Amino acid sequence: MQVPILKQGNVLIATIQAALTDADLLELRSGLVQQVVRYRSSGVIVDVTAMDVMDSFASRTLLEISRMIRLRGADTVIVGIQPEVAFAMVQLGVTLEDIPTALDLEEGLAYLQQTSRSIN
Amino acid sequence: MAEEVQILVTCDKDVVTARQQGRATALAAGFSNSEATLVATAISELARNIVSYANRGTVTVARLNGHKGAAGLKIVASDAGPGIADVAQALRDGYSSSGGLGLGLPGVRRLMDDFDIASVPGSGTTVTVTKWLK
Repeated sequence: MQVPILKQGNVLIATIQAALTDADLLELRSGLVQQVVRYRSSGVIVDVTAMDVMDSFASRTLLEISRMIRLRGADTVIVGIQPEVAFAMVQLGVTLEDIPTALDLEEGLAYLQQTSRSIN
Repeated sequence: MAEEVQILVTCDKDVVTARQQGRATALAAGFSNSEATLVATAISELARNIVSYANRGTVTVARLNGHKGAAGLKIVASDAGPGIADVAQALRDGYSSSGGLGLGLPGVRRLMDDFDIASVPGSGTTVTVTKWLK
């Protein structure tokens, strides 16, 4: 299950569309980092609305994505964490640490516009 | 009386299959979407442990329709892998021998109601967890 990555101006939007295997998550990580480099993106949004479960591997991979992209000078926002997924994450004990989160795509874009250092 | 499904777990795709099967069974047993997500998350962690540490094993999801007792869902994750040398240590938050986040087992314990682990170094590990219908 490949995750489509859409380019919209300076922002890349990755929309997860179904449950992902660990291999899919790692592929998303490398795909996003490559495209941030190729397009000199200033922001990335990962939409996890369709993710069934956010377990320790998924949380760790999202953290890694955010940190790698940070090193390229770009920001990552995670959007669409479902209430029951958030509840399970807290029980499990996983966090996304300092990665910004937003309710949905629209709010994620608004967040990136506020924090963007690029002229757009 | 118990209806059960067993999933052979040998790779990351099976981890997804196991947790989806677990969610479907939890919903069919009358658990809420939120509780079914807790069950699916626990299965995801247990099944990944099987792949990471033992290469192969099974996840069994069983509905407990207790005639006398309460109804619930029992998950058994079993492998014939290397086993855990220090179970007490593996149950502490922050401990991991695979360079992971180290919250697999303690996290699973928090997600479920009952938690039991039996591990023999050299012959395998069986984790049994139960969620009760409230």
